[in-house]
Amino acid sequence: MSDAATAAAMNRWTGDDMQKRVASRYAAERRFRFFGLAAVSISVAFLAFLLITMAWKGFGGFTQTEAKLTIDFARSDVFIEPAALRGPQAQQVVATAGLEGVLEQAAVAQFGEGAGELFGAASARALGEQLIANPDLLTQRAELWLPLSSKADVAAKGDGDPALETLVAKAETKRSFNGGFLTASDATDPSVVGVWGALKGSFLTILVTMALAFPIGVLAALYLEEFAPRNRWTDMIEVSINNLAAVPSIIFGLLGLAVFLNFMHLPRSAPLVGGLTLALMTMPVIVIAGRNAIKSVPPSIRDAALGVGASKMQVVFHHVLPLALPGILTGTIIGMARALGETAPLLMIGMRAFIASPPQGITEPASVLPVQIFLWSDEVDRGFVEKTSAAIIVLLVFMLLMNGLAIYLRNRFERRW
Amino acid sequence: MSLTIALVAILAIAVAAGLFARNRAAGLRGGGARLNSLPNYHGLYVAIWAALPALAFLLIWAPVQAGFVDQAVLASPVGQQLPDFDLARDTILTEAREIAAGEREAGFNPESAELAPVYAAASSRYAAIGGAIAIVLALLGAFLSMRRIGVEFRARTGVERWVMVLLVGASLIAILTTLGIVLSLLFESLRFFNMVSPSEFLFGTTWSPQTAMRADQAGSSGAFGSIPLFWGTAFIGAIIAMVVAIPLGLMCAIFLTQYAPQRLRAWLKPILEILAGVPTVVYGYFAALTVAPLIRDFGITIGVSSASSESALAAGLVMGIMIIPFVSSMADDSIAAVPQAMRDGSLALGATKSETIKKVLLPAALPGVVGGVLLAVSRAIGETMIVVMAAGLAANLTINPFESVTTVTTQIVQLLTGDQEFDSAKTLAAFALGLALFIITLILNLIALRVVRKYREAYE
Repeated sequence: MSDAATAAAMNRWTGDDMQKRVASRYAAERRFRFFGLAAVSISVAFLAFLLITMAWKGFGGFTQTEAKLTIDFARSDVFIEPAALRGPQAQQVVATAGLEGVLEQAAVAQFGEGAGELFGAASARALGEQLIANPDLLTQRAELWLPLSSKADVAAKGDGDPALETLVAKAETKRSFNGGFLTASDATDPSVVGVWGALKGSFLTILVTMALAFPIGVLAALYLEEFAPRNRWTDMIEVSINNLAAVPSIIFGLLGLAVFLNFMHLPRSAPLVGGLTLALMTMPVIVIAGRNAIKSVPPSIRDAALGVGASKMQVVFHHVLPLALPGILTGTIIGMARALGETAPLLMIGMRAFIASPPQGITEPASVLPVQIFLWSDEVDRGFVEKTSAAIIVLLVFMLLMNGLAIYLRNRFERRW
Repeated sequence: MSLTIALVAILAIAVAAGLFARNRAAGLRGGGARLNSLPNYHGLYVAIWAALPALAFLLIWAPVQAGFVDQAVLASPVGQQLPDFDLARDTILTEAREIAAGEREAGFNPESAELAPVYAAASSRYAAIGGAIAIVLALLGAFLSMRRIGVEFRARTGVERWVMVLLVGASLIAILTTLGIVLSLLFESLRFFNMVSPSEFLFGTTWSPQTAMRADQAGSSGAFGSIPLFWGTAFIGAIIAMVVAIPLGLMCAIFLTQYAPQRLRAWLKPILEILAGVPTVVYGYFAALTVAPLIRDFGITIGVSSASSESALAAGLVMGIMIIPFVSSMADDSIAAVPQAMRDGSLALGATKSETIKKVLLPAALPGVVGGVLLAVSRAIGETMIVVMAAGLAANLTINPFESVTTVTTQIVQLLTGDQEFDSAKTLAAFALGLALFIITLILNLIALRVVRKYREAYE
């Protein structure tokens, strides 16, 4: 056969060569499609893996192991006036009564040598609460359900010291919800730690951030979109906003450290400084979201308002801003959610101190939830592992709520013109 | 404290004056006149003139007052006995200030206890002076502006002029922030480079800042060669993370835009966005607790004896996953911007979908994708928590991904979270690192934005 005939045979659709080539091209097509699906699946699987791991580990942080302990108050050396428990100073009385000693005695009597380790700070706290609720216990021999110490709690899950595990096995135990985790603050003993202090710190910090970043961001967006003349200054503002949005967050921490702490002498590790730092970080995000929302308000609205005699300022504040507000709010909430999860800049301004009581104001030392997670993750004590994961669950729930709110706002109020 | 009282007083004056002015303007209208501006604008005008000058004065006065108080305390009989040495004196002053403000019970230096009452007296004196001036300013502003109220008075124009000032001021904050970042980083870095030569910092290959605090070395020693840090940063953020994020992110974008049916896309996109919304501290904890041990065990089974539990691979891998949605959405945008005609032309010639994507869409979208990748790199190298928790502190110059490396951001956190003197080379080194990080990310961002913009113009 001649060359031309060979070429013709190769190019004939029904020919074997061509069929083979078409088949391999289709195979490549399927492969490519499969790679795409695989990429998406890997990403989603990773997310699922992360969330499930956290939920699995963190679930333990919300529960505690309780054991039944018989305490003979009449014969123990605890000395509390039942009347004092009814008074206003009941908390203080219980705290100074040395209940840990009572617990140790009772535990040793019931479970044998070394059983003192079974009960710790959380047990004493629970015992104190039960005494305040029922002062008559003090005269009786009582059987009480008390939470175990952190070490014993880990042992009860089959993950700790073998000696303790055998001790725990002797006791009658049950799992119960650990309400203290949501109401207590940081502590050195993992069995009594809670996220409330950090949560309140986060809340105050976000409040400061919001109070500063939202008005400034909206006003800046209005100016740039509605009033700014095209000149070098406006370009500079625009470039710095776009650039600030991409500056690593830790740089804002350095700024906060240098300006707010070392130059302005604001209190260290306070929500005020944290909020200021995060506000500088969030403001560009709000400006960019705000400008997009303002841009999408159709010019006919402006023209109509100007046409009936409104001033430029009235057009903007009476008509454009209310129409753009849902879009701005969506952007703001997303920015706030980011600020809520931010850790690095807050480490820079000293928000990593051990704070055992919730802050009372924005100038008091406080911790925030992400930093608390970071601090707990550094602890050697194994009891902190599930507490860290549990705190992560709390943080993720808040992030989810905020993002959900943003999505709801977007769907509910955003108008397509 | 009394500055707070002044603040409240000024606000009260402003509100009262505003309400009064509004009523007066409304009264003019009641007399049958047609006002130029609505009564509300008259009220606002007066309130603004009462509040703003006084508040501006307070804002300037507060830092000035601190200086005055320090001077007054130093000039007092107790203050003159203080040591002349700046650092010791400042420490005592700071303690006295904190005791006077009730922030702490007692200082480390006994002098501060004696100084505290002097300090309290001086600061309340100056606060009283400042507060009085501010209140007078508020009253003066209210009085003068009140006199202008009348039928012809253009209160609205006056108010709008102030609102304009507010708008401009709000947008200037962005420039001020940038300026603040640059100046504070530059200033502290210059002090650092007075102690350590820039060439050692930029080209040195050993990093061990810990030794710098030995007393006999006066803070000038210690090794501040930053090459291992920049290598570690690039290794984790620009190499490992990108090896994960670029193919996965790109394929995600292609699948979601070209192949996935509409309903699947509506579900998958928000799920991917969750990946971007998870706080970095969570990723860090996950990397350190779950991924790092897996990688170490994997490393040991394939025969890498040096596999560490804080490996570059664990941090880079998790960071790459975190960046996926970012790369994906940038790629999504640039693929969507390719004109439909190019796609149609390719399909009409008989190319399969994947051939169209590989040979037409991707080459056309390449500048946008490259810009997106540059932005992703800039974000990855500035990322802090993942590397702090999972990458370790050893400044190794290694290309073995199972070994631990350290990064710029890790070291910044490490250097600044101890109880350090603010003037030591160790602390200042953090600012020099911050400056370097800022410049690198700035350059990456500028290049990326330029690439993306130029490319967009090409098709519009």
